[in-house]
Amino acid sequence: MSEIILEANAINKSFHDPVTIPILKDITFTVNKGEFVSVIGRSGCGKSTLLYILSTMDTDYEGKLYIDRQLMNNLKERELASIRNEKIGFVFQFHYLLNEFNVLRNVMLPGIKLGKYAVKEVEHRAMEKLKILGIDDQALKLPNQLSGGQKQRVAIARALINDPLIIMGDEPTGNLDKKNSETVFDIFHQLTKEFNQTLLIVTHDNEFASRTQRIIEMEDGRIVKQ
Amino acid sequence: MNSKLIFEIAKSLLLARWKQSMVAAVGVTFSIAMFITLLGFMTGLNDMLDGLILNRTPHVRLFNEVKPNPQQPSNLVKGLGYVLIQSIKPTGNGQNIDNANAILGALHRDERVLGVSPKVTVQVFYNVGNIDITGVINGVDVEAEQKLFHFGDYVTKGNPADLKNVPNSIILGKAAAEKMMASIGDVVLVTTSRGDRQSLKVVGLFQSGLQDLDKVQSFASLATTQKLLGKPASYITDINIKSVDILSAPAMANEYRKLFATDAEDIQTANSQFETGSDVRSVISYAVGITLLIVAGFGIYNILNMMIYEKMDSIAILKATGFSGSDVKNIFITIALTIGFLGGLFGLIFGFLLSNIVDRIPFNTAGLPTIKTFPVNYSLKFYVIGMVFSIITTYLAGMFPARKASKIDPVIIIRGK
Repeated sequence: MSEIILEANAINKSFHDPVTIPILKDITFTVNKGEFVSVIGRSGCGKSTLLYILSTMDTDYEGKLYIDRQLMNNLKERELASIRNEKIGFVFQFHYLLNEFNVLRNVMLPGIKLGKYAVKEVEHRAMEKLKILGIDDQALKLPNQLSGGQKQRVAIARALINDPLIIMGDEPTGNLDKKNSETVFDIFHQLTKEFNQTLLIVTHDNEFASRTQRIIEMEDGRIVKQ
Repeated sequence: MNSKLIFEIAKSLLLARWKQSMVAAVGVTFSIAMFITLLGFMTGLNDMLDGLILNRTPHVRLFNEVKPNPQQPSNLVKGLGYVLIQSIKPTGNGQNIDNANAILGALHRDERVLGVSPKVTVQVFYNVGNIDITGVINGVDVEAEQKLFHFGDYVTKGNPADLKNVPNSIILGKAAAEKMMASIGDVVLVTTSRGDRQSLKVVGLFQSGLQDLDKVQSFASLATTQKLLGKPASYITDINIKSVDILSAPAMANEYRKLFATDAEDIQTANSQFETGSDVRSVISYAVGITLLIVAGFGIYNILNMMIYEKMDSIAILKATGFSGSDVKNIFITIALTIGFLGGLFGLIFGFLLSNIVDRIPFNTAGLPTIKTFPVNYSLKFYVIGMVFSIITTYLAGMFPARKASKIDPVIIIRGK
């Protein structure tokens, strides 16, 4: 369990408009393979901002970021996109499913984009992911025919399709009721246990965080406890 | 693989907003259809008007101007000093082209010449009772005239070939015939300027579309005219030449002027105003067509912009899950091009149908005996240009919104929820 998946080294970020306000100060930590990490902190403490930097979507920062031991700074937009495609799975507070495509196709899209497997194979794999999440019977429905909890599970399946090194979540249970939150947590838990999946989840739900393996606590742009 | 996926996403976005997409496509269809119809109609009109004059005008005309000989006998005597000659009169053969048969032979062998038509022009009086009407009889080679200058198109009554087959026959200008109250089968009496009289049988009526011309012009065969003048078969006053390439006419005229020692006039000098008119009409039709297309382009621009605002979330998640900015751009350009291509294709079809309808609208004018409906040109060129224009404008209209979409920062959208 010592293989390092993600490493942040002295990451600083400031907003410059209208005056310079530091958001993140000297963030340094690593995530190992198979870890289930949660990042907590009050809203405004910079935890979401940190997540977007770690996910390579935000490139405006100082410091060094390694994913899979590869330095992310100075990579081109296209290269970052393919790293997100291959190595990172996302689950957001909102499901962000494409309403024009059915559930199965939504899950398949990043897989087809990766182009590692033939479309038929991607479809087969997508069905397997849906089965893991217990919604394979909904595969041919459109996203707007599903309940909130089901949608979030489809989003998780989509995050899993390319067998990412790490799944990043931004308040994945924020929009869900108690029962559905429970389900999503159980799925995450199952993923780490059975598939040795690495997870980095930002949340303000302390109860959710307390059940993860490791908690990184942030305050005013700094890591105060990890 | 990637392009297939991009096409699939573009298709689904297009279908998700199919009503707006269709409105955008209809805009393109409308403008392309109008473009095709307008250009076809304008070019048809151009062709017709050009044909009215240009088809009947020889590219090069050889003739002899009646004028005094510039080489007067006194010039040949050297040392006379200052010579003043008064009252010089034209002399020689008058309008006759010397050695006409040899010239005709030489022209037949010239590769730049499509055909030649010899002509004898004679001033006459038509004798109607005790009134004389002035007129001009053109003695022509009917077959050459028909082949080169579409003579038959303007013979509204009777058969042009009868000029050759019936001895001493004449085709009268329609207005002249009305004056004389003559119709086919009647005999008219003509007097030449020398006083010779001859009766000619009317075998047809001629209408050029130019009323003044029809009042005086008549046609007879070369032999009939030469007989009327009491001249031999070698007597020719004009040689009308149609060249293979009309643009070479001025050069040819210059050359023949020196070679054959006659006067020569080319069509460009004689009718310089026609090309200008045609060009202006073409420019107007292109301008209108392109304006319509630009308007349609704005429609596409609007719809894509709207689509991008609506699909902000989808774009964000596509980018988050590994689609690069250029992938997103390609998706929206694909949408624009699909609208442009389909709209353009239907535009071509509707344009063709509309041209067809215009082509069937009756258009009868006394001046243009051969034209029964509005003229339309179905040149493939316009259809190719229309299609290319529609693709280019939609591409440009799609490029700006697509670029905007490619620059959308997923962080801002995802954070905003």
